[in-house]
Amino acid sequence: MKITIVDYNSGNISSVINSFKEVAQDKVNIEVTSDLNKIKSSDKVVLPGQGSFKSCVDALNKINGLSDTLNEFAIINKKPLFGICVGLQMFADIGYEETETKGLGWISGKVSKIDNQNGKFKLPHIGWNQINIVKESKIFKDIKNNSHMYFVHSYEFIPGDKNVISATTDYSSNIVCSVEKENIFGTQFHPEKSDKLGLKILENFIKI
Amino acid sequence: MLKNRIIPCLDVKNGRVVKGINFVDLKDAGDPVEQAKIYSDGGADEICFLDITASNENRDIIYDVVKKTSKKCFVPLTVGGGVRSVEDINKLLNCGADKVSINTTAVENSKVVSDSSKKFGSQCIVVAIDAKKNNDKWEVFTHGGRNNSGIDALDYAKQMEDNGAGELLVTSMDRDGTQAGYDIDLIAKISSSVNIPIIASGGVGNLDHLVDGIKLGKASAVLAASIFHYGKYSVKEAKDYLDSKGIPVRI
Repeated sequence: MKITIVDYNSGNISSVINSFKEVAQDKVNIEVTSDLNKIKSSDKVVLPGQGSFKSCVDALNKINGLSDTLNEFAIINKKPLFGICVGLQMFADIGYEETETKGLGWISGKVSKIDNQNGKFKLPHIGWNQINIVKESKIFKDIKNNSHMYFVHSYEFIPGDKNVISATTDYSSNIVCSVEKENIFGTQFHPEKSDKLGLKILENFIKI
Repeated sequence: MLKNRIIPCLDVKNGRVVKGINFVDLKDAGDPVEQAKIYSDGGADEICFLDITASNENRDIIYDVVKKTSKKCFVPLTVGGGVRSVEDINKLLNCGADKVSINTTAVENSKVVSDSSKKFGSQCIVVAIDAKKNNDKWEVFTHGGRNNSGIDALDYAKQMEDNGAGELLVTSMDRDGTQAGYDIDLIAKISSSVNIPIIASGGVGNLDHLVDGIKLGKASAVLAASIFHYGKYSVKEAKDYLDSKGIPVRI
């Protein structure tokens, strides 16, 4: 099996690479690239993302044909794709960080700033928070409800169709932290930084 | 519910841990990679390396340490000490650091903070503030506490938030190394004046100090070095204690 981690200058992805390599050991071939042909020939794709919604979308669009290739992979060919943090947020139609920016439009919805209730809650939402699993998801196999995961973000994905939500977390409000729509998976938290349980989620994705 | 974090900090000099834990089954007590792994296995919420290497020729050793650690530890890793430029930050992140803490450079050239938070995202930029009390205010010190910048720590904290820092690591110079507890007044004042999370640092001698840092200082995270290094308490004991005091922690 070949899994490609998309390297599109979206910030620091070394932790994502290290964690997938740790889980994959020698059984799975992990490629880190933005080469369109390599993405096309992959079995699965991981779309990381750090920084702002706008900076990630801009970085993605800078690579000619990348968004079309990802669209073909995930939407037309329906192969498994996993978005992490801003990687997940980019599934949305639109994001409001820095300025209004069009997303990939794979899961209808928007990405807006977390309501901090007039400064009552600190932003970014940084640290370990518990996830409420609201629907069965392939990536949550053997993950108990209320498990702790590591979060770092100030913006949240608000999907139009609530049926795609697989987990939420409680901060200043109830925040969507995981989605599953057919072959598309995403987490707002960082499984690559969430210790053993996070690695288990990556392993579950590999095993889909 | 978001949990308060416990962050053990390791001082690393020329690639070796200074004042390390002396675990019986540890092959090499001075190896930062092994120590970090012990902490993360023990439930540390994050790991912090402070590179205190003095000579420039040995500066690159830390990159190798970070690289090795990030292949073994799957909790967030913050690295600070001697960070001078956006390129230094880029190098540390590429080696596997999740956050970089900036101290002296943030005072001398705040553009490094704004440029790097724009480039890499504010989630990975921590500004470390070393503050010392002078009458009724606190002043920011640089160069490992040797130079007084004369800048008011509260004003500076707000300025760094505006510049894009994702977190502030606040160390009391008066308390650091004393084991007398955090300067709660300082931590609480900074915490209430900014909207980003505060990591309390400097002076922890017992577990009640950690409780105070969170309850009274309103810190989101508490950093400690020597109480963990010398094996006085394990991270697990610290968490159980905080839990018994009603503080939300990840257990």
